[in-house]
Amino acid sequence: MPALPLDEAGKYVAAAYLVFLALLLIYVAIMSGRLSRLERDLTELNRELTERDEQRARDPEHVA
Amino acid sequence: MHGKGLRTLALLTALTLTAAYALVFFWTPNEADQGFVQKIFYLHVPMAIVALCGFVAGGVAGLMYLRTRDGKWDLRAYVAIHLSQILACGVLITGAIWAKASWGHWWLWDEPMLVSFLIVFLLYATYQVLRFSIEDRERQARYASVFAVVAGAFVPINFAVVRMAQSYVHPRTLGTTTGGMPGEMMLTFLIALVGMALLFVTLWKYEMASKSAGAQVRALRLRLLGDDDALPRRSAAPML
Repeated sequence: MPALPLDEAGKYVAAAYLVFLALLLIYVAIMSGRLSRLERDLTELNRELTERDEQRARDPEHVA
Repeated sequence: MHGKGLRTLALLTALTLTAAYALVFFWTPNEADQGFVQKIFYLHVPMAIVALCGFVAGGVAGLMYLRTRDGKWDLRAYVAIHLSQILACGVLITGAIWAKASWGHWWLWDEPMLVSFLIVFLLYATYQVLRFSIEDRERQARYASVFAVVAGAFVPINFAVVRMAQSYVHPRTLGTTTGGMPGEMMLTFLIALVGMALLFVTLWKYEMASKSAGAQVRALRLRLLGDDDALPRRSAAPML
């Protein structure tokens, strides 16, 4: 098959590179979602520990 | 400690890939037969090589798990295979685009290179399913490692056999049958290959760091609060 003219070939080349970029962006988006969940878990853990410490301070005899 | 050096590695990856693709479009000459379409080669082939190497690396990590029974090796194998699957998906799509532009067909079933790569991709597509089907963590890791080793050994054998086979259409990369590439093309290709390998390592380290941090949060939660929610649920991904 003869080589495609530049205007025709450009579409295919752009499509291929855009596929790569899209895959990369989807991966980063998924990973950033996981990172946000991790951050939320850490915040919750921190809050629960603070509550526990406050409870201990209020009632020092009742230690879990 | 997988996050160590991640920023430097990410910067190096971005720099190498940018340089490689700048060279592709502004410096490397168009190929005589295919013209501008051949620029897909600098993306498609490095992705394919890195994906196949990632599958083999997953096999090596699986072997290490079987030898040591250390869950970290199972996680390393899982992440390597998972990333290779993403790259392999990219290889199949970019390959189909290149095929359509150069041969006039999206796919050719009589091309050993294409079909063998699809077989490898489909083989590894069962890896996640296998993992998810086994609830017991230790058994899951053991079976998945055996799979990774066997499939990892199959990849280079399959590749070598296909290269030795007679092919009518698919071009040979780094082969001697059709002659070597000109200097500019080879240099650009090698930089793109290094960039793709760095991207793989960066994403591998990133995902390892993320999974390791998640495991530490779960362990901390279980230790401090005795929270049952922190216990690992059924998942295809290994839990440290």
